[in-house]
Amino acid sequence: MNQNVAIIGIGYTVPKPKTPEVSYKEMTYLAAQMAYKEAKISPKEVESFVTAAEDLHEGTSIFDEYTPDQLGAVQKPMHTVSGDGIQGIIAAALQIMTGAFDLIVVEGHSKASNIVTPTYVLNYALDPVINRPLNINPHYIAGLEMRAYMQDSKTSEEDVANVVAHNLTRAALNKLAPYGAKISPKKVLSSEPLFEPIRKLHMPQTSDAAYVVVLASERIAKKKVKPVWISGMSFCSDSPTLETRDWTTSISTQIAAEKAYQQAGIKNPAAEIDVFEIDDSFGYKQLQHLEALKVYEKGKAKNIFENGDKQKLSTRVNPSGGTLGVGWMHEATGLHKVLEVVSQLKGKKGKAQIKKAKVGLAQAWRGLPTTTCAVVILKNQK
Amino acid sequence: MLETGIRLHGTALEEEDFKTHRVFYTTDIPKLQYAWDCGVAMGHYLKGLKQGKLLGTYCKKCKRTVIPPRVFCELCFRNMDKWVELKDTGIVNTFSICYVTWDMKKLIYPEIPAVIEIDGASKGKGILHLLAEVDPKQVKLGMKVKAVWKPKSEREGSILDIKYFKPI
Repeated sequence: MNQNVAIIGIGYTVPKPKTPEVSYKEMTYLAAQMAYKEAKISPKEVESFVTAAEDLHEGTSIFDEYTPDQLGAVQKPMHTVSGDGIQGIIAAALQIMTGAFDLIVVEGHSKASNIVTPTYVLNYALDPVINRPLNINPHYIAGLEMRAYMQDSKTSEEDVANVVAHNLTRAALNKLAPYGAKISPKKVLSSEPLFEPIRKLHMPQTSDAAYVVVLASERIAKKKVKPVWISGMSFCSDSPTLETRDWTTSISTQIAAEKAYQQAGIKNPAAEIDVFEIDDSFGYKQLQHLEALKVYEKGKAKNIFENGDKQKLSTRVNPSGGTLGVGWMHEATGLHKVLEVVSQLKGKKGKAQIKKAKVGLAQAWRGLPTTTCAVVILKNQK
Repeated sequence: MLETGIRLHGTALEEEDFKTHRVFYTTDIPKLQYAWDCGVAMGHYLKGLKQGKLLGTYCKKCKRTVIPPRVFCELCFRNMDKWVELKDTGIVNTFSICYVTWDMKKLIYPEIPAVIEIDGASKGKGILHLLAEVDPKQVKLGMKVKAVWKPKSEREGSILDIKYFKPI
């Protein structure tokens, strides 16, 4: 990349299923204070702000009008990225790479608990003329994809159950993961079928939290303690059409990853990347995404739990417990993954710490019914 | 004509065409419901309204008293220092006279939304509400007004616990 960009501070609130004690503004203010303290900056120094938000998830349109106060962004440039927070980070990094900015802040939060009719809101992401009239709970789309993926990759329901059980069990070690629990694959397989092959324990639950990320140019970052450098980044959307999309492969992850690897000079991701925080919604997505990320060949990601996992990928992939453990947080989902990777690269993850982690990858999926994915590669050395 | 050979030509449609299903259409009624956490600042504010009080917050660094209240000062970016109970009187900062409804039907009695700078709050800090018991032609910027509250038994912790502001 022609201009190095680093994360010099991240603030957050701990993800929880519900947060009635604070408004979204107060939650974001707490995260912003934490981020600015870590970055040793005042918001007055920040030149531009990005918020990753979707109006329908907030219940307020033109939502970026409501974000300046709690970020210290009054009378500053502010714009919304209607996408995952990693897309917000990329938008901010690109602004810095123009050379016009040195310090940019990205905000993303979830008040998923405030959405009373989440399934109906989700349905609004479907085509109104040819899909919505079928009037089915739109989570069936995960069922369609899981079945097609399993058939194509010769992956079994047991393989997917292993992912769910593994991630929920690991989440129990993560203080930031409210859904951690020691659950066996058998329990996953015997949980209630909802949108077969999707079962109840495949479903990510939602969390509330706020994240504020401070990005800086090299000029600023080199003066800070432990900056984490962005060495590759990309995002991509495939065709949204349910009738004609490729259900078997996350092509958007594949393309985004290829570009990010090229920027970061990574040839063998499984060997060169120490820690992966990737989307694992519904369990099968982790396997599908690992293959798209070229960590495994097509159809081989299920081998992650086999004896002889010489590369210890079962430990290095989603040590946080993933989205299944931490919770689905709409646009903030990817920002939590970035937080986990940054914490790993700084050696701050306690029981879940991956030893000598120097390079990490965060990948986010935009959620049902989308085919949009974003990838960012982070390093603790430039 | 597009390169595909498909001709694009317009056809004028009448309401009757929809009624008789001569044209295809789909109907979608949104079911979007939210229950927003009001948090500390709005929680206190709404509780105050139920008690018949207007609550603001004060920032000693900026020397500002703001209403509606917030727990942080958006200018100096630190916690507000204290809660302040304000009067339920103020002056009209700006107003509009609305002669039509949502669907543009003529109103017999115009509605008058106004920003009312509350007495005791810093200059320019006030609340958005309605004016009533006033001839729209008589409303002026700077006019002194006072809140008309709902009876205590009918208040529920809402901005509507104030019915409107009227001139004093």
